[in-house]
Formats: sequence, C-alpha cells, structure tokens
Amino acid sequence: MEERYIRNLGALTEAECALLREKTVLVAGCGGLGGYLIEMLLRLGLGEIRAADGDCFEASNLNRQLLSAPGLLGKSKAEAAAERAALVNPEVRFVAVPEFVTEENADRLIRGCDAVLDALDNIPSRTMLAKKCAEAGIPLIHGAICGWSAQAAIALPGDGLIEQIYRSGAALKSKASLSFTPPFCAALQTALCVRLLAGREVETGKLYVADLLNMDLETIALLPDRGRPAGERG
Amino acid sequence: MIEVRFFATLRQGRGKIAQVPAEEAAAALDLFRRFDIPAEEVSILLINGFHSKPEDPVKDGDVISLFPPVGGG
Repeated sequence: MEERYIRNLGALTEAECALLREKTVLVAGCGGLGGYLIEMLLRLGLGEIRAADGDCFEASNLNRQLLSAPGLLGKSKAEAAAERAALVNPEVRFVAVPEFVTEENADRLIRGCDAVLDALDNIPSRTMLAKKCAEAGIPLIHGAICGWSAQAAIALPGDGLIEQIYRSGAALKSKASLSFTPPFCAALQTALCVRLLAGREVETGKLYVADLLNMDLETIALLPDRGRPAGERG
Repeated sequence: MIEVRFFATLRQGRGKIAQVPAEEAAAALDLFRRFDIPAEEVSILLINGFHSKPEDPVKDGDVISLFPPVGGG
C-alpha cells in the first residue's frame, strides 16, 4: 500500500482501500458541501471523482466554501475543484464539469457512477437528481444544510426517501450557513459513502439530522424497511 | 395534553417543547396554526416517531415533532 494511505489502515482494511480505488462518484455541486466532499474523497483515494457546478465564486461564498478565496472571485467552481484535486491527490482521476446539473445532462453525468453525492442548493434540483439516480439504479448520498443545521441520508434507487424528506410544497426560508456546517454535513455524507462503497453494512431509510446550535442529533426513520413505500402509520 | 417538539429554526420564538391541551387540536395541521407555522415551513412531521401528514389526527398523549426544510448546500 502506498504510504499516503497508510493512516487509512486500521479504520479501513487494505482490501477496502483497494475497493475504494475502483469506485467512481459524482459530486453534484462544488459549493459549501461540494468543496469539502471533494477534499475528503480525494484524500480517501477514490478511483474517479466527477465534480459538476456551473457557478463561479462570489464574495458571499467566502464565509464557508473551502474552494473559495478572495483571489478566486469570478472563477469557475468546477475549475477551482480540479486545481485543488491536482494539488491534493493527482492519483485520483478528476473530471471537472463546469455545468449545473440539470434534467438534460444528469443522465450523462451519473452514468457509470457507483454513488452520487448530493451537494446541490435547492429542492427542485435535489428531487430531479434523486429521480435520475433512481432510474439509473445508483445510490444517492443526500446532504443538506441551513444555518446551524445539517442532515444526511443514503437514498437507495426507488426507495422514495428524498420525496419523503421534502414533502410537497416545502420551501427553504433561509440561505444562512456558517463555516462549520458544510464540513460537518460533508463528513456525515462521506462516512455514509465510504461505508456503502467499501461494502460495509449501512442502514437505509433513515435521515440523520444535526442541530449544532442545540447539539441535538436525531435519527429519523422515514422508511421502515428497504423498498417499503413509506412511513405512514399502520 | 399533546406535546409538540420543535427542531432547528422552528425553535425561534417557540422554544424546544410546548404542551397543548388535546381539545385544541384534532389534526397536526391545527398545531401548525396554533404556533403560527406556515405549512411550507414544515418538511418532516412525526407523530409518536412515525412519519405523518399534516391532516393526520392527533390525540391526548401524542408527541408531535416538527422539522423545517433543510436544503442548502
């Protein structure tokens, strides 16, 4: 094993590390969540990371987005991610896609992925991506933040978890986010992703919710069993 | 009494937990009104830990948990 991955051992087996080196993921969004997800996945040593975002940095990103810097305002977030990848771990194949994930390009972006990480910033795009992943049979690692709050989950193809999380008509009230909320959420997502890709046991149908203001950590069982359409009483 | 538990931003101005006399609410939706919460500001509603709909009935002794939509990235 290469020395750069030595400290993975003990927490992961050599066989699991080797398995991760064969995996391909899409990180949908290179903002607050995406920047940290990319960093964590690069250092773990995946096979291929695709990173998609059509946005460019602006000053309001600087309070929380790892890839942003005052000297990079106006620069493509996806291109900044590619530069970071080349610096941090050039062994990982990195495909930067300077496009927003849309109904039109999602099929192409997720094709061949072992998992997709949701780092988007709005509910319609999230539900669209969930639908595309379900159709393609690819697990989606959900993550979302607001202010002091973060949530994460594994959505399996066809389980309808994302639709359960975002009840019809639910609307985001605030765009607030603090420096520590995205890395906290990205860590939850990455841990779920590693467990899934390394073949460890995972619990599905559950949403992990953290309110860092009150230090409340909740696990909400939204789906009783895999595949069972959900959650309603009786 | 019905116990209402608020999470994250829904705690602002409401605290963590409230008790409501059972006769004041027939459905979860009545509790939204009681605490002045627009329906679109509740993404997940649990009744006694089960994922539920706003129009589902509530009764004495129930514990209602309300979570706001979290969707930023």
